[in-house]
Amino acid sequence: MPAESVVSVRDLHVEFPTPVGLVRALNGVSFDVPRGKVLGIVGESGCGKSVTARAILRIIEKPGRIVGGEILFRPMRRRGRGRAGRTGDDASRVPATGSGVDGNSGAGGSASETNGVVELTGLDPGGPEIRRIRGQEISMIFQEPMTSLNPVYTVGNQIEEAILLHQTSDRAEAHRRAVEILRRVGMPNPERIARSYPHQLSGGMRQRAMIAMALSCTPTLLIADEPTTALDVTTEAQILELMRELQADFGMSIMLITHSMGVVAQLCDEVIVMYLGRVVERAPVEELFHDPKHPYTVSLLRSIPRIGVNRGERLEVIKGTVPDPYSTVPGCPFHPRCPSAIQGLCDTVLPLETQIADKPSHGVRCHLYPGSTPTEVADQNPVAAAGSTGTATTPRGGAETT
Amino acid sequence: MGELLLEVKGLKKHFPIKQGFFRRTVGHVRAVDGLDLSVNRGETFAIVGESGCGKSTSGRTILRLEEPTAGEIIYHHETLGKINVEKADSKLLKRIRPEMQIIFQDPFSSLDSRMTVGRIIAEPMVINDTLRGRELKDRVAELLTVVGLRPEHASRYPHAFSGGQRQRIGIARALALNPKLIICDEPVSALDVSVQAQVLNLLEDLQERFNLTYIFISHDLSVVEHIADRVAVMYVGKVVEVGTTDQLFYNPKMPYTEALLSALPKPDPRNRSKPTLLAGEVPSPANPPSGCYFHPRCPYAQEICKKEAPPLQDTGDGHLAACHFANELTLKGATPLTEIKAPDIITATARHQASVAASSAAQPTEASEQAGSGATS
Repeated sequence: MPAESVVSVRDLHVEFPTPVGLVRALNGVSFDVPRGKVLGIVGESGCGKSVTARAILRIIEKPGRIVGGEILFRPMRRRGRGRAGRTGDDASRVPATGSGVDGNSGAGGSASETNGVVELTGLDPGGPEIRRIRGQEISMIFQEPMTSLNPVYTVGNQIEEAILLHQTSDRAEAHRRAVEILRRVGMPNPERIARSYPHQLSGGMRQRAMIAMALSCTPTLLIADEPTTALDVTTEAQILELMRELQADFGMSIMLITHSMGVVAQLCDEVIVMYLGRVVERAPVEELFHDPKHPYTVSLLRSIPRIGVNRGERLEVIKGTVPDPYSTVPGCPFHPRCPSAIQGLCDTVLPLETQIADKPSHGVRCHLYPGSTPTEVADQNPVAAAGSTGTATTPRGGAETT
Repeated sequence: MGELLLEVKGLKKHFPIKQGFFRRTVGHVRAVDGLDLSVNRGETFAIVGESGCGKSTSGRTILRLEEPTAGEIIYHHETLGKINVEKADSKLLKRIRPEMQIIFQDPFSSLDSRMTVGRIIAEPMVINDTLRGRELKDRVAELLTVVGLRPEHASRYPHAFSGGQRQRIGIARALALNPKLIICDEPVSALDVSVQAQVLNLLEDLQERFNLTYIFISHDLSVVEHIADRVAVMYVGKVVEVGTTDQLFYNPKMPYTEALLSALPKPDPRNRSKPTLLAGEVPSPANPPSGCYFHPRCPYAQEICKKEAPPLQDTGDGHLAACHFANELTLKGATPLTEIKAPDIITATARHQASVAASSAAQPTEASEQAGSGATS
């Protein structure tokens, strides 16, 4: 795994066996969450964004299961028994730059820990290792603050619970820290808020409480699953500003899952676009918005109303809808809706991820760009190989490898 | 334009808060508290605001799905002339209601899951007894085609459809009685981005085709800017600003509008401005603040704002604003964004695909070659 990333997801496959058929939620997802940066994951409903987040925390609902791939996680520091005299000054934490040796975790499966790198798919989802990581190293903000807070405990209690579990056993100290973190997320009267129950707070306040809870143990990685979708624009702006501030102060990495292009543009450093359980494009945010490559990304960006651009004109649409999850689309999953689908190629061969020329951080899975078919990869000569791709009807299984 | 279709004057809708053993009324939620609007024939009139500002209640009260507490709703009927909807008896209501329809936000709860799509769409015509038998069936098939579904969908149940398709069914039902006015209550909020664009295009096409007037209720300012001719901004049950889309977006007169525009997350990473953050939260409509309801959060508030509620007044060119300083403040409007261009390679292939489809002689090898050379050039 690259030294500068905190989480490295490699070829992750997740399946949900259901009575009506097998749903392949993730079909080989690979990406890295860079240290101290905000990674955005965008896509329409059903593309696998939330499943990816849940896979990292190992909280996929039954009967879903990880059937392949690995998730490597590198905590920010080696933590012995981190509950000693640690007060709230978490900004002092030094990133573990010393452990730059690439800990390419050995044969996947076992809960191997090499150079502090943990392979999460090998852990027992209810076991002590993952429970040490959840909340402490990786924490999550959910979309619906009302359903993810417990209605019978006060907000303060719920934040203290995480602190008592991971950081200190002193109740008074835990309470003090809970109030401090509530103040940090901009609660007007943190003492009073700590004593109130979730129903007594407004939507924006509840989301702040969720963020406070997620930050209470100063995690290495914060996963935010649609953190502002349920909120009004003015509240959304407050929460985005808060996340930006906290990210700068705490130096943590954020994985932001959203369907809102606006939120991505405002907050993220890098973006991956997902479609039907696959990453179709990855790029730095500036490039993704101003030089998108994948036809899906282009259509997605062009189909949102943009102020001052397409007033009164028809919006560009992506024809059709996302196929139902039980069906499998041969070839490129986007080809039935793609305006530029190449007959005989896109409907048979699954495109591999290729790099855009002289843009190492910009990858795309599309046959419009050279190096997308298995034959091309084998030949290492995209232009010459392009002629032979017409016959290269490699079976899906073959295209999946690498 | 210019011909009035609907006028709303001082419309109020208060919901009682009941407490205690005898369910005594202890207060009122002023969901809509003095709404003044005028909607012209053929236009799209948008109502925007944050949740709880009363925009949906306004829509429902205009149709008398809720009984108004006070105020007037005047509908200009083509044959019956001016009608006071709030006073109309059930007989009169039945005559004018076919002209006023509504599309709801949630396409999952607004369709009866035990009725086939055909019955759902036919129901308004059955109730009003406009068509029967064969004719009714044909009309349902026609409506399904109009909204981009297929006639054979009539025999299926709503659960077999996706969110976007269900919203189309809701639109077909609203169109069944040839309405003049459709209240669209957040019609695209529950939909995915790509489907949202399809439904917005459909609404625009239908408006042109059937000469419809829309009252478009939404919290999404980008959608409103795209579709609306005139916009009203609501805050805690009151209209605080009304203007044409251009006036309101590029020359707002009310600080709340400015804040809304600035809070909108712009889909452009080059445009990362720090929004003017509003302090605090939307006040409760059960217990609104004194004076101008916006004063506790307003960055420009002065003494007078705490005491006197500003009336909605014309600031020029029919641009109405409820602010004591509407003509003194210079407020920042929306920043126009740039268009996103499709890369040459995609448009080239799309053109190529079109020509291949036209000649119906697809040569995959040729196509991929073109793609390969296009990418390297």
